[in-house]
Amino acid sequence: MSHPHSSYQFRHILGERTFGFVDLADLMAKATPARSGDRLAGVAAHSAEERAIAQITLADVPLKLFLQQALVPYEDDEITRLILDDHDKQAFAPISHLTVGGFRDWLLSDLATSEVLTSIRSGVTPEMAAAVSKIMRNQDLILVAKKCHVKTAFRNTIGLPGHLSTRLQPNHPTDDLTGIAASMLDGLLYANGDAVIGINPATDNVQQATRLIKMMDEVIQHYEIPTQSCVLTHVTNTIECIEQGAPVDLVFQSIGGTQATNDSFGFNLATLAEAQDAALSLKRGTVGNNVMYFETGQGSALSANANHGLDQQTCEARAYAVARKFNPLLVNTVVGFIGPEYLYDGKEITRAGLEDHFCAKLLGLPMGCDVCYTNHAEADQNDMDNLLTLLGVAGCTFVMGIPGSDDIMLNYQTTSFHDALYARRALGLKPAPEFDLWLAKMEIFKNNEQFILNHQLPDAFHKSLHKMIGGKS
Amino acid sequence: MSQDTTHSDKSFPTHPHTEPVTENAWSKLNAFTDARVGLGRSGISVPTKHLLAFQLAHAQAIDAVHTQLDAKRLAEELSAQAWAPNAAPFLLHSRATDRATYLQRPDYGRRLDEHSAHILDQHSAENTAEYDLAIAIVDGLSSLAIEQNTLPFLQALFAHLDTNATNKSNTKSNTKTNTNKHAPWHIAPLCLVEQGRVAIGDDICERLNAKCVLVLIGERPGLSSPDSLGLYLTWGGKVGYTDAYRNCISNVRPAGLVYQEAARKAFYLLTEARTLKLSGVKLKDRSDDDLIMDTSKESKNFLIT
Repeated sequence: MSHPHSSYQFRHILGERTFGFVDLADLMAKATPARSGDRLAGVAAHSAEERAIAQITLADVPLKLFLQQALVPYEDDEITRLILDDHDKQAFAPISHLTVGGFRDWLLSDLATSEVLTSIRSGVTPEMAAAVSKIMRNQDLILVAKKCHVKTAFRNTIGLPGHLSTRLQPNHPTDDLTGIAASMLDGLLYANGDAVIGINPATDNVQQATRLIKMMDEVIQHYEIPTQSCVLTHVTNTIECIEQGAPVDLVFQSIGGTQATNDSFGFNLATLAEAQDAALSLKRGTVGNNVMYFETGQGSALSANANHGLDQQTCEARAYAVARKFNPLLVNTVVGFIGPEYLYDGKEITRAGLEDHFCAKLLGLPMGCDVCYTNHAEADQNDMDNLLTLLGVAGCTFVMGIPGSDDIMLNYQTTSFHDALYARRALGLKPAPEFDLWLAKMEIFKNNEQFILNHQLPDAFHKSLHKMIGGKS
Repeated sequence: MSQDTTHSDKSFPTHPHTEPVTENAWSKLNAFTDARVGLGRSGISVPTKHLLAFQLAHAQAIDAVHTQLDAKRLAEELSAQAWAPNAAPFLLHSRATDRATYLQRPDYGRRLDEHSAHILDQHSAENTAEYDLAIAIVDGLSSLAIEQNTLPFLQALFAHLDTNATNKSNTKSNTKTNTNKHAPWHIAPLCLVEQGRVAIGDDICERLNAKCVLVLIGERPGLSSPDSLGLYLTWGGKVGYTDAYRNCISNVRPAGLVYQEAARKAFYLLTEARTLKLSGVKLKDRSDDDLIMDTSKESKNFLIT
C-alpha cells in the first residue's frame, strides 16, 4: 500500500505515502464500512486509514465510470447485461456530470425532491447506489431514503409516505394448520399482515406449498382481508403450483446480485419472467398487479462462492437490478439472518439494514427489512429496537411481524406484532389504507389514529375461537 | 352463562381498562403451537413476565451454540447399535480449530483438516468396495441436536435401508427382485465431524468415493428449539457444490418432524436420487404425493367456520 505501482487504477497520496487500489471493485470493497463478510472474502481494507482513504478516492470517481467499467464482466453475467442494457440515459442525464461525492451532496440537497428522485431512478445503476452509500453516514441513508417514495399494489396499496406495512409470518415447524392459524389470528388481532401473509414452509415441495396457499386464501376470503398471501418456496415450485390451479397471489424467490449466485439458487432471469407471467395470468390483484416478492441479504453471493471479488454490499445492490426488472410488490432484505460470518454484531447489522434500504429505495424498489438476528450473532433485542426505529424514520416499506419475536420454524428472532405497533405509535406510521379500513370495520383497532387496540375480542372471531378453545373456563 | 353464547361478549371477558396488562382472549391457543401467541399487552408492548421469559430463552440459546459435541461418546453409542455399519465410525474435524474461528470462517468449516482428510484417503486407498451412501454427522450450530437426535433418527432410517452385509444384524437375505427401490445400500463407516458445516459432506463424499452423502447437522438454535436437526442429501457430492445440488429436510426433533417421518422422507429422497442420479432443485420431494393431501378432505383450519 505504501509504494506506487503501475497496476493501480486509483492512487491517493497522503504525505509521503501513496495508497493504491487495483481497480474499481477493489476501491469499492476497501471503501465499505467494516464488516465480517468482507474480511472473510479477503476484500476489506487492511486498516481504518486505508478505508478512509478509499472513501476519499471513491468520492472522486465520476458516476459515468460505472457505465464504462463493469464490476462483473458483461460477457459472463446476465445481471451485468441487465444493468447496462436497461440503463436509462435520459433519466441519468441530470446526474451524469457528478462524481460519487458530488452525488451524495446532490442527494442530500434540496434539488433532490421526491419527484426528482423518482425521475432519475432508472438512470441510477446498483453500483452507483452502492458507491454513494459507502460514503454516507447512517443519517444520510435515512434522510435520502425517506425522500424516495415507492408505491406498489396488489389487494392494497403499499409504500405511501407515513405508512408502514407488516408481513405476517405465521411459520410453524411442521406446517401444522392449527399452529399456523393460531399465529395468523394473533397477528391479525394485533393489526399485522397488510404487506403479505407469508409462510416459510418447513417442508419445501409443491404439495405442501399448494396446501398452505389454499389455507391462506380461504382465510383471506372468509374475513375479506385486503391483503395477499405467499408461500416462500422455490420459484419453480410456485410455477408448478400455478399450473396445478393453486390460488397463488405472489411468487417468491431469494435473489442474489450475480448470475452465479442465482445459479446456486437454481434459477435465472428467464425463470423469473416465466413465473411473473404465470402469476399475472391469474389476475388475482384487485388494486394493482405487482405479483413478485423477493428476498435478498448481504453475504449470499460470497456464501455461494459467486462474489467475483466484490464486497458484499455491492453484490447486494446488484440484486436490486434483478428485483426491479420484475416490478415486485415487496422486496425484503433479511439483514441479520445470514449470521455473524457476514454481519458480526448489532452495529454491522444496523449499518447493512440502512444501506440496503437506501440503495433499494433509490433504485425504486418497495424495500422492507427483516430486522433480525440469529442466536450465534452478537446481537439482541435492543439492537433490533434501534434498527426498527431507524428504518421507521427512513420510511421503510414493511417489516416482519411474528408472535413474540420468536420464529419457531426458521430459528431466529425478528420483529414481533408488538414491535410493529411500537413503531406505529412512536412514529405515527399507518398500515396500508385498505387494510386500515378493514381493521376499523373488524373492530380490531378501537382507535385507528392513535393505534389503540380493542379490549374486547372482535365479534367476527368469536365463533372460530370458541370452536377452538371454548368460552370462559 | 348460557349454552349458546358464542357471539356474546361474556364468552371472552376481558380485564377492566384499569388493569395495565390486557390479557388476550385467545391466549389458550398456545396449547396448539410453540409460537408465542396471546402474550397480552401493556399498552401495545410485551408484558414484563413475557419480556423476561424471552430474555432467559435467548440466554440459553446463546449457551447452546457454544457447547462442544462429545464425539467420542456418540461414536461409542452408535457402534453399539445392531444396525450400525460394521466398521468403527471415523472421528473427523474441520479446518476450523475452535468455535470462535468456526463462527467467522464458514470456509474452514466446509473442509476437513489435514489429519481427517488423511484418514479418509487412507481408507479409500485400502478399500476397493464402492459405497452407495456416506453418512456425515456434523455438530453444526447445535451439538445438542446431534447428541439428542442422531441415534433415534438413524435407527429409523436404517429400518428402511436394506444394508445387505454392511451391518451386523443382517441375517435375512433379500428375496425381493433387485429393483432400484429395494436394491441394497452399501454404506460407508459413519463420519462424525466437529466444527463442521453442511458442505463438509461433499469433502467426505468425494474422499470416500461414495455415490451420495447424507449430512446430519445441528441447525442454528432457536429460542424454542435449541435441538433441531437438519438433513442434507447430495448426489455425487464434490467440493465446491452449492446448495442447488442439495435436498434438505429440516427441523428433525421430537417436537418437530418426528424420526419416523424424517426417515421416510430421507429414504424417499435417497431412492429417488439413486434412480435419477441427481439431487437438488431437480429432485422434487414428492414423498407426500401418495398421502391424502386433498384439502377438501383435510379439515379446515379453525379460522374458517
